[in-house]
Amino acid sequence: MNATPNLNDLKPNTHAHGADVVLSGAEVLLRVLVDQGVDVIFGYPGGAVLPIYDALFRQNAVRHILVRHEQAAVHAAEAYARSTGKVGVVLVTSGPGATNAVTGLVDALMDSIPVVCFTGQVGVPLIGTDAFQEADTTGITRQATKHNYLVKNPADLARVAHEAFHIARSGRPGPVVVDLPKNISVGPAPYAPASRAPHPSYRPQSEPEREAVVRAVAAMKRARRPLFYTGGGVINAGPQASEALGRLVRRTGFPCTSTLMGLGCYPTTDRQFLGMLGMHGTYEANLATHGCDVLVALGARFDDRVTGRLDAFSPGSFKIHADIEPSQINKIVQVDVPIVGDAGRVIEMMLEEWDRQDGASDPAALAQWWQQIEAWRGIRSLHFDQDMTPSAIIRPQHAVRRLYELAMETGRDTFVSTEVGQHQMWAAQHFQFDRPNRWLTSGGLGTMGYGLPAAVGAQIAHPDALVIDIAGEASTLMNIQELGTIAQYRLPVKIFILNNQYMGMVRQWQELLHGSRYSESYSAALPDFIRLAESFHAKGMRATCVGELDDVIRAMLAEPGAVVADICVAQDENCYPMIPSGAAHNQMLLGPEQEGEVKVSAEGRMLV
Amino acid sequence: MTMQDETIVSAVISILVENESGVLARVIGLFAGRGYNIESLTVAPVEQSRHQSRINIVTSGTPQVIEQIKAQVGRLVPVYRVADLTQVGPHVAREMALVKVVSSGEPRTEALRIAEAFRARAVDTTATSFVFELTGATEKLDSFIDLMRPLGLAEVSRTGVAAIIRGPRTI
Repeated sequence: MNATPNLNDLKPNTHAHGADVVLSGAEVLLRVLVDQGVDVIFGYPGGAVLPIYDALFRQNAVRHILVRHEQAAVHAAEAYARSTGKVGVVLVTSGPGATNAVTGLVDALMDSIPVVCFTGQVGVPLIGTDAFQEADTTGITRQATKHNYLVKNPADLARVAHEAFHIARSGRPGPVVVDLPKNISVGPAPYAPASRAPHPSYRPQSEPEREAVVRAVAAMKRARRPLFYTGGGVINAGPQASEALGRLVRRTGFPCTSTLMGLGCYPTTDRQFLGMLGMHGTYEANLATHGCDVLVALGARFDDRVTGRLDAFSPGSFKIHADIEPSQINKIVQVDVPIVGDAGRVIEMMLEEWDRQDGASDPAALAQWWQQIEAWRGIRSLHFDQDMTPSAIIRPQHAVRRLYELAMETGRDTFVSTEVGQHQMWAAQHFQFDRPNRWLTSGGLGTMGYGLPAAVGAQIAHPDALVIDIAGEASTLMNIQELGTIAQYRLPVKIFILNNQYMGMVRQWQELLHGSRYSESYSAALPDFIRLAESFHAKGMRATCVGELDDVIRAMLAEPGAVVADICVAQDENCYPMIPSGAAHNQMLLGPEQEGEVKVSAEGRMLV
Repeated sequence: MTMQDETIVSAVISILVENESGVLARVIGLFAGRGYNIESLTVAPVEQSRHQSRINIVTSGTPQVIEQIKAQVGRLVPVYRVADLTQVGPHVAREMALVKVVSSGEPRTEALRIAEAFRARAVDTTATSFVFELTGATEKLDSFIDLMRPLGLAEVSRTGVAAIIRGPRTI
């Protein structure tokens, strides 16, 4: 009997004689991937996963993208997931392969991104012997994942692999690790299709209770100063949830703000959108949060970057909180109407109830509320003055604005990833997102080095789209090795570095709290980014003054291949507006002239 | 907005879990990672045929923290059910202690007398020592151990609390 089946025929096993074929664990794994609709995985080979890589070699159904570091594999898979709504898949080896992936896993856990990460493991008989490249992967990743598995019995392999996908994508999505000892992937294992039976213990609730929605809508109808506070949960609920949100916001006439994670779930260019709220949110969004009488939180989790000082967060408002995860409700802020359910389903039900219940919110009160909001908006908290003399220094906000405007001129579908720091906040403030799934940023964990591998993942998922990593020079160096991946797969990623030669956000806080003692926050010994790009077969460009900026951006957007654009920006620029940590939403700093007035409390210092 | 209640209350949390490897580590790792107290912990299989184990944890915190504990534990994939028995209503909570007392003469006689009053059983006896087995509420065990302290208390082993709802209801 021929023991090597044709792996190009990895269709779901429906033919009658399928059960006769003896598959190896590695082959079973690949068949499960095909069943689950996986067409691309991100990974890096090593001893413990060699049998899986050999099985990959002998098939064409699943494409493998070779990254240059396992952390980047997870970030790329996250961006693939966030930009497509599908599960991102990672394959890494045991020991260092798995430990390198941990940062990405926690990033996915914090931002609720569906990722399945297969890790190699030493053979079952060697587990616990300190074998070569052995690490207790399930132990290390237990608190880093939504769930994890160690497959010790070949009979469990197919079920566990299917279940991993179910758990990663359902309920509040998250990362799942499946640890595969080498003898499991080498030895024979039975294949099984995905089970249709419900999981015995894991039953996430996605359908909201109507009674709670009825109470929520009744409060919304009575509201005089209402506000929608939307988050990443709306994005995770799929594009139809964002579309429904648009209808709900327009139907009610209420203002809408969003967290960093939620940008794009409601068009950021729309008049009813107040901009992002929180630490670097707009004046109008934060003052509206502070002054509203009914706050409707949809798929958001009252993160400390959003709330600022908790006892002064939206004081006196009636709070409605819809989240798919019961543990998020009343975790930080006590709410009046908790709703457990999928954000999209909650929004749909709110729309039904809005039309069903009598009356409408007091139009005069709502008009007055909008008048107040327009007055706040008149402050123009995101405004900056750019000296347009050609030799003038580029302000980073201007660079992002021009990037947005010139990218829009191309008419191309545009995806933006970021690293973490000042440039991330400027991107959030000045780039606009009128559709969900286009904004890829590390929110909860704040992982420097996220943006470059994320751009890889987004470009793999959308080969014809414009993918830009808005980067800082310090962050992007944390995963700069991925220029190799970009070169290998000829990905036309644009890396737009706002280079101020500082870890800008660190420096900003050192100015605010530590007497401008710039302890280790200067980016010394930076590479020449043009030559760095060229050495990785990409195009390098540089803009050093305002007169060069538009030309460089246009050339970057016109370039068919990968580009690293080194945008030399004002070194001393800080990110405003801001709520110093420990302060309330109505104690915002609008610009550097107010910095001297800040007295950050001892408590606030702890919250940085 | 409802004001947060800052009073610290004690709670008995009962958790029915899939009996799989690492499940206890998941639960106690969650408690450690989120800074919740564990005052006592018991775990044992209860439904062999269905591969289910029951974990009982005595913890304390503000009512909001106890609610969070329930919700966070409920998130874990192998958890079937989680209940705060102190909130559900009347329940029975018992633990067992093995208490070793090493003494002779008058203290030895006194230890035996107190053990009888507490309905503790001497499960091991030598000329110089007793091992008492005692079952009951935590406070009863505490006071028995306190009384044994001047009478030659040498070593204590306690099980932690096993708890169940009174009446026909189940978690």
